[in-house]
Formats: sequence, C-alpha cells, structure tokens
Amino acid sequence: MSEKHYYNANDLNKFGNISDFQQKMGDKFFDWYGEVFAEGELSAREKSLIALAVAHAVQCPYCIDAYSSDAYKKGYSEGQMMEAVHVAAAIRGGASLVHGVQMMNKVKEIGM
Amino acid sequence: MKSLNALGHHLSYSERQIDILEKEGENQQPFFREKLEAIGLSPLKATGIEIMQVNMGKMCNQVCKHCHVDAGPDRKEIMTQETMQSILDTLKSTDIATVDLTGGAPEMNPHFRWFVEEISKLGRHIIVRCNLTIILVNPKYHDLPHFFKKHKIEVASSLPFYTSSRTDRQRGDGVFNKSIEALKLLNEVGYGKAGSGLILNLVYNPAGAFLPPSQDALEKEFKTALKKDFDIEFNSLYAITNLPISRFLDYLINSGNYESYMQELIDAFNPAAVVSVMCRNTLSIGWNGYLYDCDFNQMLDLKVSESNAQHISEFDLAALNNREIIVGRHCFGCTAGSGSSCGGSVA
Repeated sequence: MSEKHYYNANDLNKFGNISDFQQKMGDKFFDWYGEVFAEGELSAREKSLIALAVAHAVQCPYCIDAYSSDAYKKGYSEGQMMEAVHVAAAIRGGASLVHGVQMMNKVKEIGM
Repeated sequence: MKSLNALGHHLSYSERQIDILEKEGENQQPFFREKLEAIGLSPLKATGIEIMQVNMGKMCNQVCKHCHVDAGPDRKEIMTQETMQSILDTLKSTDIATVDLTGGAPEMNPHFRWFVEEISKLGRHIIVRCNLTIILVNPKYHDLPHFFKKHKIEVASSLPFYTSSRTDRQRGDGVFNKSIEALKLLNEVGYGKAGSGLILNLVYNPAGAFLPPSQDALEKEFKTALKKDFDIEFNSLYAITNLPISRFLDYLINSGNYESYMQELIDAFNPAAVVSVMCRNTLSIGWNGYLYDCDFNQMLDLKVSESNAQHISEFDLAALNNREIIVGRHCFGCTAGSGSSCGGSVA
C-alpha cells in the first residue's frame, strides 16, 4: 500500500486536471496563466524569477519545483536564484517586523 | 577525464545504450515509432539529401561531460584520406549543396585542410563545427580563423552559456575563457560582423537535465551579454537539446534523472517538429565511411536501413533520397518542444 502524504511530486503533472471538475473556470485560468507568463513588458525570463520568489513566499512545493527548473533553464545562476529567495524571505520577515510598530503603538497606548 | 571508451565503461558499447533506451516492460514509456504512427508519419522517410554531415573522427582536445560522441584526446578513430576521397568522388556525382564537418575536433584530422580545400573547389557550402579552444591549443591551429575565412566556411561553435561557471561545468575548467579568446580572434578577421559575409553561429545546449528555453529569447540574451561583457558579436544562436546517448546518458543515469528526462522529452513531443527533423534532409558519414541517418544514430551504430548500401564506397543517391529512417527512443530529443537539429530549433 502506498504511503499517504499530502504532497506528491507527480501531482504537478496533473495540474491541468483541475478543469475536470470545473471546465469553464479551469480553461479561463489556464488561458490567463499562459498570458501572464508570456513575453510582455516584462520578459518571460524576468517573470520566471518573480514566480520563483513568490513560490517561496507562498511556500508551494509544486511551484518551487516548477520555477526552480524554469528559472535555471532560462539562465539564472544559483546565486541569483538564492538572492530571489532572500527577497521573498526579507519581505516575509519584514512584514512581520513592521507589525512590531503596531505592537509598540498599542503598548504605548495602554502603558503608563 | 577519460572517455567512456578508455574506461571500458559499459555505455561505451552502443548495444548496451540501445538496451537501456529501448527497454520493454511494465510502465514502459512509448516507443518513438508508436508516436509516429499516431500522427501518420511512420515510417519516417527522407526527403532528399541537402546536407552531408561528415564526422571526421572522435579525436578531440576536450572531454565534455555531455558529449554524445564520447570524444577526447584518447580517441584515435579518425577518417582516412582515402575515405575523404570517396566522399569527394560522391560529392562530384551529386548536387548536395552543403558539407557539414564535425567530430571530435575535425581540425585535428591531419587531412582536414586538404579536405576543406577539395570541397571548396567543388563549390559546396562548408560548415565546420569548431569547438573554439582548438584554435588556441597549439600554434599550428592559430591561423584557423584565416583559413576559415579563405574558404568562406560557416563556423558553428559550442558555447553552452555566456558565463564561465555553466560553460566550464559542462566543457571543462578554463574552456569558457579560451572560448571567449577564440571568439575574439574570429571576430577580428570579420566572423560574426555585419556585412562581412562570414557567418559565426553559436550552439547552446543545456548544462543539465532540462530542455533548452526559447531559442529567440536566448539569442537576445547571448548577444546582449557577449557584447556588453566581451565586445563579441555573432550571427545566430542554435539551441540544441541533449540526446540521451553516451556521456549524457551516463550523466542522466548517474544523477537519477534518466526516467524524468525521457518523460519530459516524450511529454514535449511536437508533431510539427517531426516534419522538419534534420535526418530527413541530411546524410551522416562516420569516420570509417559508414552511412547513417544522423550523427546520433551514428554513435548508436544504427546504420542507414539495410535496403540501402551502407558505405560511402557504395553510395546510391536515388535509394538514399527516399530511404526509411531508423528511429528509436533517443529521437524524442529532436522532436521535443521547438524541436532540435544541428541548426537549432525546427518548429
């Protein structure tokens, strides 16, 4: 019996199957997704690095696999890719820390 | 680093490679022929011979990790002048327009210059697949840019990336810097320069188990980076997919990427690329004069189908023009995504 777990790397290849349960919305999503990542005012290469950083911010293992491969394939170096991950991490860390101001405000409000 | 052949490695035997590629059993991946049948293109047939690709030998000054030829300094199999003469005699009897010289490093064959001069006399277009570093490796090769220019040779040179780390990982330490130096020498005599008529194309192939990105986008990046960092110019970039043969097959197996890479090639099967695969208009000739549908089949020792004469000494143009092409799972490498050929993407 196969081991049960929440994430399976092979499920990434089945992403397209989400349309099976809701064809119309699935089709619209994939059309939109395709357009988002096409060459535009940002290059497909630049978008790949943004996607890599966001994948880490949202901690999606499928997205991390997909955009680690895509960004490397599109020519980003290991160092550049890790810097992008640091950008994601810095925004996440900063997002927590900037709320420290709210904490300070509240403490100052209620404290003597 | 030694060749697989020198190491006595089991993948130096073409039969063993074919056993792996054509494996049958449970959960097997589709055969290439089945995919062709599904789109009505089986058997795949040649459309003529526009390009004669001549592999002048396995000898090379480099030992690249992905090399499908298993070339290197320890390989001594090179084409004889007698075989070259047979090729020249054949060319005289046909109107094949282009002769594409490859290896190994074709320039290391002692009869290379004589062969080029003789082909040049026949008025055929010549392509030399120059690995760049050969120009610098020994003083006797330093004048190659001038020799290429004299015969208006089209130069096609591998440069896996515009940074040293990825290039050297695939082609060996120091190869990137020497390649840049050689490209500057080619630019100096006019290669790659607008209006010179001297064509310098670069060849990209992935340094790892992945397919090439868009050829057009990559060409723009290469042009921008090489111009900015080194003031180097070139004409076109060819993005080529690595086929699971010889050292690249060894790399795929050892790195645990073989099954997933094959699946990626199969999933990316593009019927539009099949129509334009290079084997349909190219004939490949091995160092020993045997005939193949392409350089990859040559390295798997899959000669042209048995209904044809299989050696240059028995060349039969009419039969070869319409021959049935020998295919296998390795062919998925030429039909994946935008397709792949010695001239880059095809679809």
